[in-house]
Amino acid sequence: MLRAAPALVLLALLGPVAAGLAGTLAPAFGVMPTLGGTTPGLEPFRALLDWPGLPRALALSLGTGLAATALALGLTLLICAGWHGTRAFALLERALSPLLSVPHAAAAFGLAFLIAPSGWIARGLAQMLGWDRPPDLLILQDPWGLSLTAGLVVKEMPFLLLMVLAALPGLRPGQSLATAQALGYGRITGWIKVILPRLYPLIRLPVYAVLAYSVSVVDVAMILGPTTPPPLGVQVLRWMNDPDLALRFQAAAGAVLLFAATLLALALWRCGELALARATRGWLTRGGRGRAERGLRAAGLALGGMSAGAVLLGLAGLAVWSLAGVWTFPSLLPDALSLRSWQRHGPGLAALLAETLLIAALAAGIATALVLACLQAEQRHHLRPTRRALWLLYLPLLVPQIAFLPGLQVLALLAGLEGSRAAVIAAHLVFVLPYAFLSLSDPWRALDPRYAAVGHALGHGPASVFWRLRLPLLLRPVLTAFAVAAAASVGQFLPTLLIGAGRVPTLTTEAVALASGGDRRVIGVTALAQTGAAFLPFALALLLPALLWRHRRGMRHG
Amino acid sequence: MIRQFFCTAALCAAATGALADPDPADWAAVTEEARGQTVYWNAWGGSDAVNGFIDWLGAQALAQHGVTVTHVKLSDTAEAVSRVLAEKTAGQDSGGAVDLIWINGENFAAMKEQGLLFGPWAEALPNFALTDPGANAALTADFTVPTEGLEAPWGMARLVFFHDSARLAEPPRSMAALADWAAENPGRFAYPQPPDFLSSTFLKQALIELTPDPALLSQPVTDATYDAATAPLWAYLDALHPNLWRQGRAWPQNGPRLVQLMADAEIDIGFDFNPNAAANAIAAFQLPDTVRSHVHDGGTLGNASFVAIPYNAKAKAGAMVLANLLMSPEAQARMANPEVWGLGPVLALDRLAPQDRALFDALPLGEATLDPAALGPTLPEPHPSWMDRLETDWTRRYGVAP
Amino acid sequence: MAEGLVLDHVILRRGGDLLLTLDARVAPGEVLTVMGRSGSGKSTLLSAIIGQLDPAFTLEGRILLNGTDLTRRPAEARQVGILFQDDLLFPHLSVAGNLGFGLPRALRGAARSTRIEAALQEVELAGYGPRDPATLSGGQKARVALMRMLLAEPRALLLDEPFSRLDAGLRAQIRALVLARAQARGLPVLLVTHDAEDARAAGGRVVTLG
Repeated sequence: MLRAAPALVLLALLGPVAAGLAGTLAPAFGVMPTLGGTTPGLEPFRALLDWPGLPRALALSLGTGLAATALALGLTLLICAGWHGTRAFALLERALSPLLSVPHAAAAFGLAFLIAPSGWIARGLAQMLGWDRPPDLLILQDPWGLSLTAGLVVKEMPFLLLMVLAALPGLRPGQSLATAQALGYGRITGWIKVILPRLYPLIRLPVYAVLAYSVSVVDVAMILGPTTPPPLGVQVLRWMNDPDLALRFQAAAGAVLLFAATLLALALWRCGELALARATRGWLTRGGRGRAERGLRAAGLALGGMSAGAVLLGLAGLAVWSLAGVWTFPSLLPDALSLRSWQRHGPGLAALLAETLLIAALAAGIATALVLACLQAEQRHHLRPTRRALWLLYLPLLVPQIAFLPGLQVLALLAGLEGSRAAVIAAHLVFVLPYAFLSLSDPWRALDPRYAAVGHALGHGPASVFWRLRLPLLLRPVLTAFAVAAAASVGQFLPTLLIGAGRVPTLTTEAVALASGGDRRVIGVTALAQTGAAFLPFALALLLPALLWRHRRGMRHG
Repeated sequence: MIRQFFCTAALCAAATGALADPDPADWAAVTEEARGQTVYWNAWGGSDAVNGFIDWLGAQALAQHGVTVTHVKLSDTAEAVSRVLAEKTAGQDSGGAVDLIWINGENFAAMKEQGLLFGPWAEALPNFALTDPGANAALTADFTVPTEGLEAPWGMARLVFFHDSARLAEPPRSMAALADWAAENPGRFAYPQPPDFLSSTFLKQALIELTPDPALLSQPVTDATYDAATAPLWAYLDALHPNLWRQGRAWPQNGPRLVQLMADAEIDIGFDFNPNAAANAIAAFQLPDTVRSHVHDGGTLGNASFVAIPYNAKAKAGAMVLANLLMSPEAQARMANPEVWGLGPVLALDRLAPQDRALFDALPLGEATLDPAALGPTLPEPHPSWMDRLETDWTRRYGVAP
Repeated sequence: MAEGLVLDHVILRRGGDLLLTLDARVAPGEVLTVMGRSGSGKSTLLSAIIGQLDPAFTLEGRILLNGTDLTRRPAEARQVGILFQDDLLFPHLSVAGNLGFGLPRALRGAARSTRIEAALQEVELAGYGPRDPATLSGGQKARVALMRMLLAEPRALLLDEPFSRLDAGLRAQIRALVLARAQARGLPVLLVTHDAEDARAAGGRVVTLG
């Protein structure tokens, strides 16, 4: 049974993705009998190529995706290099889970309200400079996608930071860094030279997941991104939602192109990795001890703080909006406060909270259990996943959702599963499992194998060692993996919508529908509710070990 | 051979008879079948006013007819269209997830063309007799596409502009005046980017006001008519765009965004497809109470909102009962109440019983809402083929930044 | 029947490369010290005996304990105790919890706590049961780890440089304690070490690898 776990997991992930992709490829090549498409051909791609916005949309998707990933990764590494193990870092670490719980769209809304020409920062300036109208400046939706890139960076940085933190302990960075520093290396240079080369392979897949997400992003891009044309992901969604059903073929072709673009971005990134590795091979051992470290450290902390601050301040802005009466420019705060938005939407959202958490708990619970089974099988039967198997595991994160979900919906219908809670949970599982695996596998493998050896020598079988040693020893990372998975489940919109057939409403589907009215008060309420729901598992993951292990000093940093 | 054919035909008839769809002509049977059904009504969920009205209607349906209404809140009508399409692709020709859709215009035309709708049924609803399609062509022609009983009208929408009287005393009342005003006040007006629904409405309104022969627009577009009819529109937009918000380099994503931009003092004139939009926004604290509505002198576009039943809906009888309830004087009066929502009723008031008509006479009218008389004439929608061409051309001209 | 621990023509290979060969018998109460430079396969040998051999290695020959062939037995059924250079007390359990983890399941109820308390007394840690292991000193931890191992009633004891992390004064003391307890229970002991002092104190035969 345990031996079958890895295969089972791959099946649970790959089946839906493959079926979904097939369901997208067919219409992309003109086959969709429901809409009269029966002969395969390249017409949809021809129509796609005729769309005048294509070169720019494609360039935007690739450019913002690559730039956002590079910036988020660079910033994450700069902060870790400069500050890991310090008090400032601990503070940042503590802000991490709230940052992770903020849904992408909510973070984007918050950021938009912060930096818009009529936003919070501009209102502060308006108070000082006496403006009564906002300047007509192109900040949001700029044609270069700079705001979009910024929005992606502030939201992806916490995720990468979490992944780095999960991978670091196994590398015993303290010793390596101390050695490098004793040899006269600066903190950042030493970190980059002795830790990063070992760390990067461990976080490569999460980085690729961030890249794939950023290239195909829809929700953040709809709020912060340009529209003339929009990035390809948004345009594909527009075609899919167009009343002219003939555009579905073009949309499918666009989705295929988006998938290809994602692969291209990954290939480019990989080439960049190799080039950088080659270029720095000499540099690593040439003996340079590093310069301007103080400035770099300060910059890292300042940028990291700004990035975290932008998300938190944006969230604060949404919180104020959720309580706002009339609030016009240039007032810094609402003219009056009111609980009306909460009274109006609170009860409805609270009713959905139970359903949302139930789905999240089951999806994340099954995902965590499957990951544990895989890891246990790896330990017991030495079924270490090959590199290729790992790639397959992350496929659902690398394939743009929009490229395979419509096909998956048809599959669910054929299986007679659509519209049930079980189907929604199964669909969520596809997306949350990779996250659970990402955050649990490294800490699991980093556990000193001699604990298990001692356990066995004390006469305990594999089951006993698993339940009584490994699980409690790794309770914190297991709960963190559960929380990351649950938060990802809470945030799922398209899978819930398409597989749930509108009959399994969650906080997120409700939030998106309510927010389509564009009222910031409503967006504030729904964003806070979603953040709260996603934060709950994180809080549990922090509180439960703290409570259980309050008398166990050795478990405090496990 | 012939005998066999007859047998088969008889069998088929018997089979379809057993699984027959409800027939609205036998209304008593429909209400009987509807009792106990749950109707999944897929409707845009972005408005408090609409959501509140649907909640109320659901309570009425349950109390009066034993029909449970679940409002599936959509962020885009296309979600429901896609769902029906996916069901048809998967061969699920009965027991579908969508029972009733709030729909109109292009979505209706597409679903009708693809055979995704059930019907005809709408004109057999008892309350349809309270409307007067002869006097109001919008009730049986949706964007000029004949409804043929495949959808039931339930509300009259009108394009209405709004402005903040504290910042702008006298708003422009024609497309030409709007362009002049924008030239004097650059960056203070915006319209959403096509193919947004409200954006299309704005472009159509401009086309009607500017085209040499508006009568042509009711016919399907032809290559011969298109260029001459639209040339003034493109000239107009070429001149207008540099004076738009962000010089036309960025566009509001949708209609609701205009309300937000107005509150942020980024723009001075907005518009919506609900005559009561300004009052609703004021009630929701979205706009200050100095905002007022206005229309263009020659009249503005208007059309009806409809509900349709997908071909594979599970609770067709319940959906019909709900659609009929939507057209009841009580529901129509509530919907038309500016304090509730303020959408125009579809009923012909002269066909109502006196006590029902009194419901409408008693409706309050807020300061921000125009009197029906002040709304001016309703302009008819152009044929949908015009909009397809307009949108494609717009994207080619303005949708791709240089 | 051969009492004690028998390594019957044991050959360890990594891939195709020969790592070590050993043919030895450790009688009950006897200590066999295995010395060798790093990488000579000392620790791999111990993993093979406790049944935790990494699949990168292959084992030939047989491992017998009191006449029973252990070679194919699962780790938990071998009744071979091991002490590593780190105490490896389970940080999530109390001192008593750690000792209880070692006790066979068959022992139930009050008898368990009596045995645990007796074990603590044996190493002069009476009353330490409820303590958090993280609060103990190095020497105390080593003593708890020893007793945890002995409570599991092993029939042989393997020592993987168990004293190398202790400072000099403590080292002699703990070493004496461990060897005395093992001898008192008549256990065959296999000691792997770098330290000639350890070998001398153990007093038995010395095998040098590599």
